[in-house]
Parts: sequence; structure tokens; C-alpha cells
Amino acid sequence: MTIATIDGKVVLEAVNKAVEEHGATIDELIPILNDVNRTLGYLPANALDEISRRLRVPKSQLFSVSSFYRMFSTKPRGKHVVQFCESAPCHVVGGRQVWASLLDHLKIGPGETSPDGNWTLITTSCLGVCGVGPVIIIDDDIYGNVAPDQIAEILARYSETGE
Amino acid sequence: MKTYRAMVLVSNDPLSIERGSQQVYAKLTEEIAAYGLQDEISLSMVSDIGRHDAAPLVIVYPDAVIYGPIAPENVHSLVEEHLYKGRVVAGLQAPLKEMTGRIAWLSARKGTLPAEQRIVLERAGLIDPESIEDYIIHDGYAALGKVLAEMKPADVIAELEKSGLRGRGGAGFPTGTKWKFVSKANGSQKYVICNADESEPGTFKDRLILEGDPHSIIEAMTIAGYAVGASEGYIYIRGEYTLAQERMYRAIIKAKEMGFLGDQIFGTNFSFNLHIHSGAGAYICGEETALIESIEGKPGIPRARPPFPTTHGLWGKPTLVNNVETLANVPPILRRGAAWYHSFGTPSSPGTKVYTMLGNINVTGVVEVPMGITLREIIAIYAKGMKKGSSFKLAQTGGSSGSVIPSSLQDTPMDFDSFSKAGVSLGSGALLICDEDTCVVDLARVLLNFFRVESCGKCNPCRIGTQRAFEILTTITEGQGTLKDLDTLLELSNNLAMMSNCGLGQTAGTPLVDILKYFRAEVEAHIRLKVCPAGVCTMKPHVHPEGKVHQNA
Repeated sequence: MTIATIDGKVVLEAVNKAVEEHGATIDELIPILNDVNRTLGYLPANALDEISRRLRVPKSQLFSVSSFYRMFSTKPRGKHVVQFCESAPCHVVGGRQVWASLLDHLKIGPGETSPDGNWTLITTSCLGVCGVGPVIIIDDDIYGNVAPDQIAEILARYSETGE
Repeated sequence: MKTYRAMVLVSNDPLSIERGSQQVYAKLTEEIAAYGLQDEISLSMVSDIGRHDAAPLVIVYPDAVIYGPIAPENVHSLVEEHLYKGRVVAGLQAPLKEMTGRIAWLSARKGTLPAEQRIVLERAGLIDPESIEDYIIHDGYAALGKVLAEMKPADVIAELEKSGLRGRGGAGFPTGTKWKFVSKANGSQKYVICNADESEPGTFKDRLILEGDPHSIIEAMTIAGYAVGASEGYIYIRGEYTLAQERMYRAIIKAKEMGFLGDQIFGTNFSFNLHIHSGAGAYICGEETALIESIEGKPGIPRARPPFPTTHGLWGKPTLVNNVETLANVPPILRRGAAWYHSFGTPSSPGTKVYTMLGNINVTGVVEVPMGITLREIIAIYAKGMKKGSSFKLAQTGGSSGSVIPSSLQDTPMDFDSFSKAGVSLGSGALLICDEDTCVVDLARVLLNFFRVESCGKCNPCRIGTQRAFEILTTITEGQGTLKDLDTLLELSNNLAMMSNCGLGQTAGTPLVDILKYFRAEVEAHIRLKVCPAGVCTMKPHVHPEGKVHQNA
């Protein structure tokens, strides 16, 4: 749930909360980044600055970590993030058709954010819910056994609530 | 202890939650109280029970009646009819024919299916994972008590070596030997790490153990700490498994409160502390040295081995890294003895293996069976056959890096040695079963895309090799391939296997080699005739080759 421009105070609060919960040690760096990314929707530069200062970790290391892991984003994402599992187990049970339907409805390509800032579409590797493939995840909601003709209805749930 | 007349379980896996199991639970609580049955009937949430088609499930014991899918509005009649009046509500029962996993095992008493053998998933789905009392009642922490009271660290390792337990993460390394290496390594500070970065496509067994029986991992890691001389442990859980992380977190707090974890466990001088470390979406972090780098707050880039983590691991200290399923085997072995463990499986691969069954089969889910069962048996008995009369074409075992098994190898016993003799790998236990509508070139392309995306980029053979192989496979699916491409693919696979730094690159070419070995005619049809026999490839340029993906969006 990204906010277009994030108030410096909000960023600071998110970092504070995460550092307090995990402790300011280097072995907690990734859990801290995880929490901040979750709260803010991405990792803004000033959040990385603050974490660098608090954990005494060089900024270069923070940038290399935040660009390495798939769950971190250094750029703002859409209001809702749609993750599509592109691994083999989902692929062989109809993932291709679901993917086509997603592209059709969202009208954006993989890795892109819609012009209205509502949607970001990303492909991901296996999410560990393969028993019910094809799988898509929207924000934190998991959808299993997805059929191509359900996509419109699933996406509509997010537009209506206006979250 | 209070005794109940009946026990009601509500499934609480992510899918059930998504479909409203929490509301069903709330409604059940309300209705049971409304009939004044709260002292006669126990109600609890359980994790994955082994079937997803009818989630959320409500199961009533001792009658072993399975209802599903249940909505809150069904709850009233269920409580009134079944729990109050004692009559089964036939209309709400889940269809019997599609059962698997725990439920199948339970209904085996009614003679419908041969029994599974559950060791590591013994409690999952039967106990409330949030209740440490439930765990203790079911023999929980008994092994830890026995170890601390009666056994020296060397005895623990000796028993484990005798049991013949082999690592369940994929490589099959003898667990006892690994423990011995760490216990003999020099250094006063040592670490125990549980590798729960389960990212192999098609594998979710570890998630079920963590979600369904979190205390078993705490118990096993504490035993490991005692045996190898470590006082600190990390559970590295992949970032996507939030439910598993939460359950584990709460389980650790409860274990500490009751003195099974922390300082002076069971009043002895042994102390052990556990931390949860969340991953952040990187397949490579399942490689043990990459995982260690990740805990140290760095990108998950594998180190050169040797030195191995057993001597130079986390912060350069001796470190034991074991997979979740491996650890889950430890308490039962120590409680019941190595000889008992040898009564399951084959002599060289004793015990059971948890498989995840996926693909074009009637029943998907998890099954725990003795080592040595064949693929044909799994498909016929537990997966209830191929979907809608389609026929078996191939299976991919062990996730993306695993082997592709054609129908001619269906009867190979599934254990470490028989499989390596047949030139295939058991891997993580994922069984992706495909019918004739699967195109092998398309499948290979999807698999290579996975490696291309997940390669950490450290070494050239892997970074460039997986990318090139993906590009070549893409041109073949577009009808633009040449026969020479196939030689190039084999050469790439060979280079990947020989020259990559870690297991990711070394195994990335495995499915490719297998496909060219067993399905060459089908691949050549794409090139010579420009047709896809399975009718999957469009033989036209891709609109969206999954090219730009996985960049930060």
C-alpha cells in the first residue's frame, strides 16, 4: 500500500519500529528491511540511510542487499501488487492461460505499474502453495486454483474496496 | 486432564483461511456454546490436513466424519444435527473419493486406502500447533528430556549415525556424520541452523511441518545444539512463509516459558537460544553458504566450499545446517531408537520421505511414505490416478533442479541409491506429474527461466549459461531453432555442471539433459517440422518473453 511520496516522519517511524523489534544488529538486517518494505510498500532512500546509520552498515551494502532480494523494492509500487507464480508446477496446470488473462485485464507488462498507480504486476518464483496451482497473490491474499475467467472478478474485489 | 466426548477440528491452512475458516471457527464456538456443549466438545484449529479441494474442512472425531467445504451458515445445522443429536449431516460431507494425506490415513481404518507411514508429519494436522500442551501430550519434548537426562552428546550422535538418517534437503548426506563433523570442529562458539528456505518449485513439505508441528523443530534443534556443543540457533524461514514464521515465533516464546528452551534447560547446565530469521525471496538462499551470508546481512551469494560450514560457517564459526524435514526425524529416532527407524524404508535409505504431489493428477497434496515406494504406486494410490483419463508422460522429481522421469522409469524404487543408480535425483521430494498435454520444450524453457532469474550472478558459467539456454529454448518454442542448437544446449549443460560454483548452476542443466535423452524426437519435431506435438508452443515469437521480470518493480 504505497503512498506516492512518503513523509520523512513516517519513514523514520517505520524504521524505528522495525529496529526496536529486531534489535540493531547486522544479523537482523534482512528482517528489518522486510518489515520496513512491508510497512511502506518499498524501501525509500531515506529509509536505507536511516538503517545504515542505526546498524552501522555501509550504504553500499544496504543497496546491494535491497537490490538482491526479490521481496524488496527500491522503487514505489502500485497500490496493489499482483504476484504471479511462473514456476513449473503452476505452469503445467494452466498458469499460461492465467498469465494471459492477467496481462489482458491489467494492460501492463511484467514489472510494470499501471499509469493510475493502482496495480503493479510482477512474476515470481514458486510461492510454496503448489498444491493449488495456478497461484496468484494480491497484496497478502493468496488465490489458488485460479482459472483465467476468474481474474476479472478477483481484480474487481480490490478496485471496489478502494483500499 | 479433562476428557471430551468429541473433538472438532477446523482446517486452518492459508487456503482455508482465505475461504473463511476463521469465521467458521468463530461460528462453531458460538453455536457449541449455544447448545451448552462447550465442556463436552473440544474445538481446535489445525494446519494443513492434506486436501485442498474441499477447504475449509470441519472434522468430527471420534466418528472421523469430514465436512467440507463449510461456510458459517452451515455451522448451525452441523452443530445441531451432529454434535447435539448425533446424526451425520450427509449433505455437508466432503466427497469421499478425493481424499489424500492425513484424512486418507485416518479413513484407512474403513478400508479405503493403504496407510501412509507418518513419522515427521505424525502430529501435523492432529494437534493444535499453537498449543505446547498438545505437543507434550503427544510425546513432545520427551526425546529432549531423555537426551539431557540419559545421554552424552557423543551417544546422541552415535545413535543418529546408527539410524542411517540422511539429509532430506536433496543431497542425502548422512546426518549423523555431519553432526560429528561439527561436534569435532574447534571453537567454543558454534551454531545450529535450520534451513527452512524452502523455495524449490513444487515443494511445500517444510511449510507443513513448521505450520503444523512447530515445536518438533525447536526440540530437534535443541537436541542438535546439545550434541554438537552449540548454544545458539537460527531458523531461516523464507520470507513468503509468514504464517510459519508467526507460529514458530509464538512456539519459541512458549517453549522458553516452560523451560524447554533458554537457560538451563530441564534444570541442567545446558542452555540454548533460538532466533527466527526471515528470508526475503531468493531461491539461492537455500544453499547453505548463501543462507549463512544472508543471516550475516549480505546478499545470498554462495561461498566457495571447502571450507565447509561444519568448520567455517556463520561468522566463521563451526555451523550445523540441517533441513526442516531432516530435523523433524531426529526426536522420533532418539525417542524410539535407531533400530525402530530401520524398520521403515530400505537398508541404505531408512525412514520415510515426504512428497508433494502436483500436476495433472486427481489429488494434489502431501504424502509421507516409506523410502523405496515407486512413482507408479504414488500416482495410482495416493494421487488417485491421472486427471480425466489422461495418461502419464513424465514426472519431474525434486523441483526445478531435479530429474525428468519418463514412463519407462516409473517403477524405480524411490530411495537415494536406487535413484542415483538410475541416473536421476530424488531432490526435495516434489513430484510434478505431467500428462501428454505438456510440451517438454516449453517445460524446459520454464525451468531454465527459473534458474536464469534465480542465479545469484556470482560465477559466469551459471549467470551466462542459464541465460543462453533460456534464449535457445525460447527460439525453439518460436519455431526458429536449429539442430545445432541441441548440441549447444548439451554443451551448456555440461559446462554448467562442471564449472559452476554451487549447486544451483551445477544442477540447472539436469532437466535439460534428461529431456534431450528421453524426449529428443519431440524436441526435434519443433525444429525439423516446426510443430509442437503437444500443441503448446505457438511457434510464433513471444509477446512477453518473461524478460524484464524480477527487476525491482
